[in-house]
Amino acid sequence: MTSPVIKGSSYVLVDATNTLLQHGSTQVGERQANPDSEYLKKLPNFLRSYEDLVGYAPNQAYIGNISVEDLRDKPQPWYENNIEDASRYSDWGEIMPEDEFIGLIKIADAFDLVKLEEKFSNNVKEKLAEHPLLDDEQVAKINGTDLEVMQKMVDEHIAEPLFIDGELVACVKQAHDTDPNLNAHIMLENLVVKASGMLSVFHLGKQEGIDLADVDYVIEVSEEACGDVNQRGGGNFAKAIAELTGCINATGSDTRSFCAAPTHGLINAAALVSSGIYENVVVVAGGSTAKLGMNGKDHVAKDMPVLEDSYGGFAVLVSQDDGVSPVIRTDSIGRHTVTTGSSPQAVISSLVTEPLDEVGLSITDVDKYSVEMQNPEMTKPAGAGDVPASNYKMIAALGVKRGDLERSDLMNFVEEHGMPGFAPTQGHIPSGVPFVGHAYRDILAGEIERAMIIGKGSLFLGRMTNQFDGVSFIIEKNTGQGQTDAVSEDQIKNIVAGAMRNLAESLLVEEE
Amino acid sequence: MDLENQKRIKEFAEEHGEENLVIVLGGAEAEASGLAAETVTNGDPTFAGPLAGVQLGLRVYHVLEPEVKNEIDEDVYEEQVSMMEMVLEVDEIVEEVKTYREKYCKFN
Repeated sequence: MTSPVIKGSSYVLVDATNTLLQHGSTQVGERQANPDSEYLKKLPNFLRSYEDLVGYAPNQAYIGNISVEDLRDKPQPWYENNIEDASRYSDWGEIMPEDEFIGLIKIADAFDLVKLEEKFSNNVKEKLAEHPLLDDEQVAKINGTDLEVMQKMVDEHIAEPLFIDGELVACVKQAHDTDPNLNAHIMLENLVVKASGMLSVFHLGKQEGIDLADVDYVIEVSEEACGDVNQRGGGNFAKAIAELTGCINATGSDTRSFCAAPTHGLINAAALVSSGIYENVVVVAGGSTAKLGMNGKDHVAKDMPVLEDSYGGFAVLVSQDDGVSPVIRTDSIGRHTVTTGSSPQAVISSLVTEPLDEVGLSITDVDKYSVEMQNPEMTKPAGAGDVPASNYKMIAALGVKRGDLERSDLMNFVEEHGMPGFAPTQGHIPSGVPFVGHAYRDILAGEIERAMIIGKGSLFLGRMTNQFDGVSFIIEKNTGQGQTDAVSEDQIKNIVAGAMRNLAESLLVEEE
Repeated sequence: MDLENQKRIKEFAEEHGEENLVIVLGGAEAEASGLAAETVTNGDPTFAGPLAGVQLGLRVYHVLEPEVKNEIDEDVYEEQVSMMEMVLEVDEIVEEVKTYREKYCKFN
């Protein structure tokens, strides 16, 4: 058994402002129910520019250019206090402009479903040729189509349109005439997952000490499903992403559990590496189209920009122990089981205190808890409150009930062991996993020793069960834990000698 | 309020009669709880769901309100709700829900 370590991680965002207008589920629903609504009329005036999206402090925290502590110090509202001269790229990823991403969707397209208008295609091709992580062969896949041909497909409802500033620049065709699971809407959503997942893996691959050709297995953990009428959700995003990102020696599969899937994926990856089945496992997710502008009505009503304007993506590489990288503890896994129940006490106990009790740690031994890291500027106007803050209060309250904390320390705990939410409300994207990169960096820098990653999911949304779900695990400093399993030659001699002695004694007893 | 929940509440009201229903809310925020209370009394203020323009006037309480708390076995309340009671802005939530109940409930 080897200790699984976090070898690296990447985080990307993609500007999806125009797609938000056209394909976000809130906007689609509103257009169907009330096409002349005030909201739809006002909405275009509440969208942000790409520059605003890059300068937005939570976005800079997500891609790792600033720490979560830096974010805490930034004046709020963050959307009125953008970081000047913020960078598109970071060590971990980037914030990609929408037009370039449409080009990347074309690169991701294996069935000639994506059509780009001629001029737009040339323009995007030029831009992507400059992208540091794409090669000529990939960019060469981008080609143009006559606008009239595209317009006809859109008018005939066999393709979903993609606009930039009101102009039709691309479309995604249906992949079958009658199969509802291959319609244009689903193909667009799935290609977005694939392309943003690819972008995440590209950024993982650029990091020092990581060679994507060494990846054995890929686990994809988003919330979409790909398949046809006979196997909705048959898969496999993971292998599709691996194919186009240079993971030439990998196979893979998709893991689903709503927002909890990334944490499930990381635990599964740790188990696969720990057992020795695979040496290097990538956990990756792309972004969600439906959730763009999900709370747009509330944002517009509160006279603030519609902040849910980007796709999120990430990739994490879990590898065998290298003696340095932070370790995933496999002896302290939190699980919400079928019988756990849904009360907040029961949920937090199963995910936080029970796994800590198993290894003799108290809740204050974990320096940082990464919960559902939704950006509160997106959720509070919609009446959902500050989700990370609520979670920290719940952990602290459980600590008070157990006697680990004094009641008067409740808010101090929230301050010290918590952090501000900084991830877009893309379901699986904010769930526990956004802090893995920060934890890696902080642990190596000696700023923290231990972090807990918690993923929770609302399974009842699928109408198959009323169950809730959640899992958790601890990442901690590498102190040579992996070496403890190694057995020395002397120890082996002792074990063999002991066994021989037992055998001899049992033979003597039999003779007597 | 979730559209599916609005639909279910409307169906329950039709099946059992408005006077025989009590809605117990568990929202973690005053505003969201108030919105839910308004929805089941005066109708969906966002005009998005099945209760848009439907004034059911139902009895509605938050689980943190004494009227509900006193009806629940102490041990069960301790196990299921007490931790959240420590965390939430109880007074704000109770005040918000009470406001809508007193204003629009038909069965006070």
